[in-house]
Formats: sequence, structure tokens, C-alpha cells
Amino acid sequence: MSDIRIYVEEAPGQRRELPAPTDMGLSLMELLKASDYPIQATCGGMALCATCHVEILAGPPLPEPSDDEWAMLDTLPQLHETSRLSCQIRLAPNLDGLVVRVAEPA
Amino acid sequence: MSAVISTDICIIGAGPVGLFAVFEAGLLKLRCHVVDALPQPGGQLSEIYPKKPIYDIPGFPEILAGDLVDNLLKQIAPFHPTFTLGERVERFAKLDDGSFQLYTTDGTEIQCKAVAIAGGLGSFEPRKPAVENLERFEGGKGVHYMVRDPEHFRDKKIVIAGGGDSALDWTNFLANVAADVTLVHRGTTFRGAADSAEKVKNLHEAGKIKLVLSSNVTHLHGNGHLEQVTITGNDGRTETVPLDAFVPLFGLTPKLGPIGDWGLALDNDAVVVDTVDYSTSLPGVYAIGDINTYPGKLKLILCGFHEAALMCQGAFKYIYPDKKYTLKYTTVNGAPSL
Repeated sequence: MSDIRIYVEEAPGQRRELPAPTDMGLSLMELLKASDYPIQATCGGMALCATCHVEILAGPPLPEPSDDEWAMLDTLPQLHETSRLSCQIRLAPNLDGLVVRVAEPA
Repeated sequence: MSAVISTDICIIGAGPVGLFAVFEAGLLKLRCHVVDALPQPGGQLSEIYPKKPIYDIPGFPEILAGDLVDNLLKQIAPFHPTFTLGERVERFAKLDDGSFQLYTTDGTEIQCKAVAIAGGLGSFEPRKPAVENLERFEGGKGVHYMVRDPEHFRDKKIVIAGGGDSALDWTNFLANVAADVTLVHRGTTFRGAADSAEKVKNLHEAGKIKLVLSSNVTHLHGNGHLEQVTITGNDGRTETVPLDAFVPLFGLTPKLGPIGDWGLALDNDAVVVDTVDYSTSLPGVYAIGDINTYPGKLKLILCGFHEAALMCQGAFKYIYPDKKYTLKYTTVNGAPSL
């Protein structure tokens, strides 16, 4: 299966393209961590710590957050309308072209 | 003032790796004192995911994080370690004789012959909201990031901010303690425990607390001590509320904290160590677990256990340079104790 492309906005107008495999069951958090972004992922991907908080800037629509993800996002002091936990976003072919920004740690 | 604590090794961090280091030190007849910023041992395992199963601990096909902590505490009990919990090691000094003096945020002083940093991802610190003047009112001037003693708020006017379980739980509890409780939440519903949210709603309907939804605390005001907060609604309307204390409860997040200022060699916020004994750039100071870095580092509890064993060998040699140590297996010596 061919890779998809995920874009990370590192500064306004400056996007880094990350090729992402979709046949390994990876989450967006794992891709960002492997690409050396400052993602702590303290809980290991269980939507329990919010240290993998990202903002979705553009791209294909994502599935709605689960109750667990909503509950964790709800605890954050700085929340954006498009905030998501990257550990809860599974890389799949329909996410090709997704643009995200790694949120500042709270 | 607290009494000075004297020990062989001071372990900074009571996570699984710090706790296992107590065991390994105990096998070498070294006494340990453990300090952690959190109020209970276990680190991330207790604070973030006590009910999460872990599958890569040897001998346990599956174990809950909280149960692993309980087992580690049972395993180290024969060595009678002492603990300072709920305090963070703030300052650190190396003495002429090679020993160390550590000072915590609450003034506890620890004298030790070696230091083992097992701080995981750092100390867990409160997530702070973006509120103007917030830091001006920290340190006993009206802003409290956690409720250490509910009695501190008796008969006071308080504003709590947040929408998670801790905001809900403390709102419910302090409704019976404080003179006046206002809960401010940016959303319209609570996604914390349904039971807690229901209690908050009932208290509001009974007129025992004030509930301000779709709003944020945006400004703090006061002269020396916090006196008022401004609450801004999502529609832009503002309201100024007099109060004695503002309690933002948005959970905890790990930060490296003062360890970063101790002069140790760092790489990307991790302490650089020698894998021979996990010693840092400062003789007598060791770093084990998630807080260290070296070529091939894996952030696994399993690897931290291994590092703890080798670290204690190194610390023993540092403390007793003239003593010869012979490795003894626990199967030979039987149940270990100090």
C-alpha cells in the first residue's frame, strides 16, 4: 500500500511533508514522535494525558472524537475548535493531505 | 523547620524505576530516601494510568500499572525506605567530601552520599490557563493549582476553573466548606464523571454554588493579594467577581523542572549518562529511566529496571571506593532485607 502525506505546519506558511505508511496501524502521534516533534505521549496513546495535543488545520474530515478523547481535551486550559489528541487518529488512506500543527505544551 | 534527613542514596522520583532502585540499593545494604513531587508513589503509573494494563514486564503476562506499583512497594518494604512526597527537589549542592545536600520546595533538607535521578519525564506540574496576571498571584497570594488542605478554603469565596474530574470533585467537596463557590467552565456540558457532573448541577439548582458555563476566567486583579477575577463569556460579555482564591484545575503535565539547572550534561531535556553505571557528568549523581539518554535508549520500564541495577553498583563504588563488592544472587541469600 502506498504512503499518504501528512503535513505539519511548523511556522505560518511553512509546512513539512511527512510520508506516512497506512499498513502498520500507526497513529498520528506515533508518526509525529518518530519525526522528532516534541510529543511526550506520556500515557502511551490511551487518551489519558493530552501530551500529544494537535490542531487540525486542513485536509480531509476526521472521525468524531470518542468520549474518552473529548473528556481529555475538555481538561485542557488552551483548547482550539480543531484540537485533537494525535494518539487517537489512526493513519488511514483517507487522511492523505491532512495538515496539523503540534500544540504548545500547556 | 523540618529535620535533616540523612541517607546513603537519595532517589529523586518515586516511579517504578525509582522504586526498583530502592530494591537494588537494598541488596547492597544501602539506605534510600525517595522524594517525589506527587503526593503518592508510582509516578506516571499512579497519576495517569493506574488501570492501564502493561504487557512487557517479565514474569507478568499482563499487569495493571497500579498493581505494579503496589508490588514494587511490597518488594522494597523489607528495606524500609523513607519518603518525602508532595515536594520537589529544588536545590542541590555537592559538598567537599563528595556527598550531597538537597533541598525541597517545602524546605526539607536531605544529606546523602549519592543521588539517583529517576524523574521520568520530569515533575508533574499543573497546566496553567492563559490568564493575565496569573503568576503575580501564585505563592500564597490567591492562586492555588491544587487543593492540598480543604480547610484552607473554609468560609472563603473561591472561583474554580476547569471541566474535568478534579474541577467537578473539588467543586462538590468545597461547596460544604467554602462560603461561596463559583465553577467556571468554557463549555456547556461536562465530560467528567457523570455522577460528579450531576452533583454539580444539583448544587447549582439548589443555589449552593454558582455555575458559569461557556466562559473563561480571563483577568486577575488585586493589590498584593488576589481580590477579583474577570470572567469573560464566549459571547464577549464580562463579569467581575470578588474572591479570596482562584483554583484553576486543568490537570498535570510533566516538566523537566529544576533538574535542568543543576549543571548536568543534557541532550534535548534528557540527562546524558554513561551506560557503564548510568552516571551523569557530575560524579556521584546518576540518572535512570525515562529522564536519561544514551545511544540506543529505549523508554521502557523494563530498561529502567536494568539501569537501576547497574546504577546501584556504580553508586556503591562511589560511596565505598575501598570496599570490594561481590555480586550475590537473591536465590542464594534468601529473602532480602537491609
